[in-house]
Amino acid sequence: MSEQFFEVEGLNTWFFTRAGTFKSVRDVSFNLKRGEVLGIVGESGSGKSVTGMSIMGQVEKPGKIVSGSIRLDGKELTELSFDQMRKYRGRRIAMVFQNPLMTLNPLMRVRQQMFEAISEHENVPAAQMRERSIAALKAVGIPSPEERLEAYPHELSGGMRQRVVIATALLMNPDLIIADEPTTALDVTIQAQIIHQMRSQITDRGLGMIWITHDLATLSELADRILVMYAGAMMETGATAEIIAMPRHPYTSKLLESVPSNNEPGQRLKQIRGTMPSLLDLGEGCAFRSRCERASPACEISPPMRSFSSTHHAWCHHPIEG
Amino acid sequence: MINFVLQRLLQCIGVVLALSIVLFVGLWLIGNPVDVLISSEATEADRQAAIVALGLDRPIWEQYFNFLVNAMQGDWGTSFVYKEPVTTILLQRLPASLELAFVAFFIAIGFSIPAGLYAGLKPESSISKAVMGFSLIGVSIPTFWQGMLLIVAFGIALPFFPVGDRGDVATYFGITSSLWTLDGWHHVLLPAFSLALLKMSLLIRVTRAATLEIVRLDYVKFAFAKGVRPTRIVFVHILRNALVPLITVIGIELGNLLAYGVITETVFSWPGLGKLLINSIKVLDRPMIVAQLTYTALLFITINFLVDILHMTIDPRVRSVMGKRAK
Repeated sequence: MSEQFFEVEGLNTWFFTRAGTFKSVRDVSFNLKRGEVLGIVGESGSGKSVTGMSIMGQVEKPGKIVSGSIRLDGKELTELSFDQMRKYRGRRIAMVFQNPLMTLNPLMRVRQQMFEAISEHENVPAAQMRERSIAALKAVGIPSPEERLEAYPHELSGGMRQRVVIATALLMNPDLIIADEPTTALDVTIQAQIIHQMRSQITDRGLGMIWITHDLATLSELADRILVMYAGAMMETGATAEIIAMPRHPYTSKLLESVPSNNEPGQRLKQIRGTMPSLLDLGEGCAFRSRCERASPACEISPPMRSFSSTHHAWCHHPIEG
Repeated sequence: MINFVLQRLLQCIGVVLALSIVLFVGLWLIGNPVDVLISSEATEADRQAAIVALGLDRPIWEQYFNFLVNAMQGDWGTSFVYKEPVTTILLQRLPASLELAFVAFFIAIGFSIPAGLYAGLKPESSISKAVMGFSLIGVSIPTFWQGMLLIVAFGIALPFFPVGDRGDVATYFGITSSLWTLDGWHHVLLPAFSLALLKMSLLIRVTRAATLEIVRLDYVKFAFAKGVRPTRIVFVHILRNALVPLITVIGIELGNLLAYGVITETVFSWPGLGKLLINSIKVLDRPMIVAQLTYTALLFITINFLVDILHMTIDPRVRSVMGKRAK
């Protein structure tokens, strides 16, 4: 169970627009073991969602994976054609999107949308598809799944719809699930339930999951390891406990300080001054330097990787020493 | 669903009645048709006799009531000009208009939906750009002008198509139409294309806009992420959702085709209804005007009704809203 079945190495995904080249993902590498949850955290524009879409082979034009390697059980996915990759989507790698109100086709019954996730990959009689769909709906805590199968999306609540989406993602028993902010649009109580259910599915089935979010607080409950991204690049990575207890990168530390529950009541929320630089004119050097209190002329050169344990690394010239 | 249909039918009847009153009063205000009908040398006695013969001496509500009772029995009166029952004249002209409109409709739909869908899916391709250029020309050129250009190009310079009139007709299943004969099709294609051009161009744009909007929605991305084949995504997920806004536009355009083919009919001397209405208005042929305007109104009411039903069939959200409202 502990072997790394999924690896991303030196991923670069760029968007070639008329205004110039947006380097949305720059030299990102990580790996994943079965039963493990990797949280990718970052602000909007940090490249976390583009990383997810790159893995799915669903980067939209004018975007392109420029270089890098994405391997599932040693199989190189970036070399596959769109149609070859189709056989991996849904079957080996599934994805859950941010807005459950938009993820289901409004004109199709839940049944049609779940069955299609199976029938596009294998020839199974309808009765068996039905059985599997009901089992998947049950697994994510949907009451009376037989009735829900016949419902249209608009007849279900947001939380219910997101469970349907997650059940659909689980249908083919994939090796990897990419969840792109799946609970951001939901109530906090429902958010907690869904996170709990997903965590137990991951552990029970021995899947790997990449949980993309801007919310460090939920990650701390869910993820085994965390990757912090900023402006398309990796800032810091490590076991969740390491990142939360002892952040080494100034950006991670600022990010942790800005989590509302870490603030004293009645105090102003802490912010990170400045805004993210445009991905268009990123030169050499650390992308965070314009907002960093520890920045020095050395930061004009791309920072090297500093290791603090076998799992804990930060890309910084002036890491916070423990 | 059944509740809704019944309710809508009642509404339709109400609309038709209201419209017939507006028409009747409006025409009454316009003027006395007798002055147009009798010769200028007629005596005052002749004039009075004509007024009585036409029933114009009665109070307006009585005239309206008589009209309504007769209309429901299928008697729409006698044309002042042709001296023949209005229904006979209309039924003579109607098939020509209908066949032109339907051929135009199928040309418009058959081309615009695939072309618009393609242009929405691959907006950068050169074929899409050509399609959009074509549709820009289509919406820009006035109908009478492109009709004449088509006649000059494909009727005279390159005489592929005959110009003017309807060609041979034949009768099957009690319907007399030129669409039963090859010669009839030969005649109808050019005017139908001319009539279809504007609608086609418009529908291409609507289809493309709807497709562009739907392609970037999450449920399409999710369908891809499930590993669904692209052809299925296009036809099951994208096209069906694009049809929701399209059906409304298609309904309006079908109504326009059936009711307002007058320009094309004039340019191609097509013996349809369009010219008849203009002529009837010129000479204040009241029964003809009333019958034709009622026909147009009925047409739009029926089409709107069908559009609603289609919406309900395609979109479950509409179904549940309409279902609730009907109760």
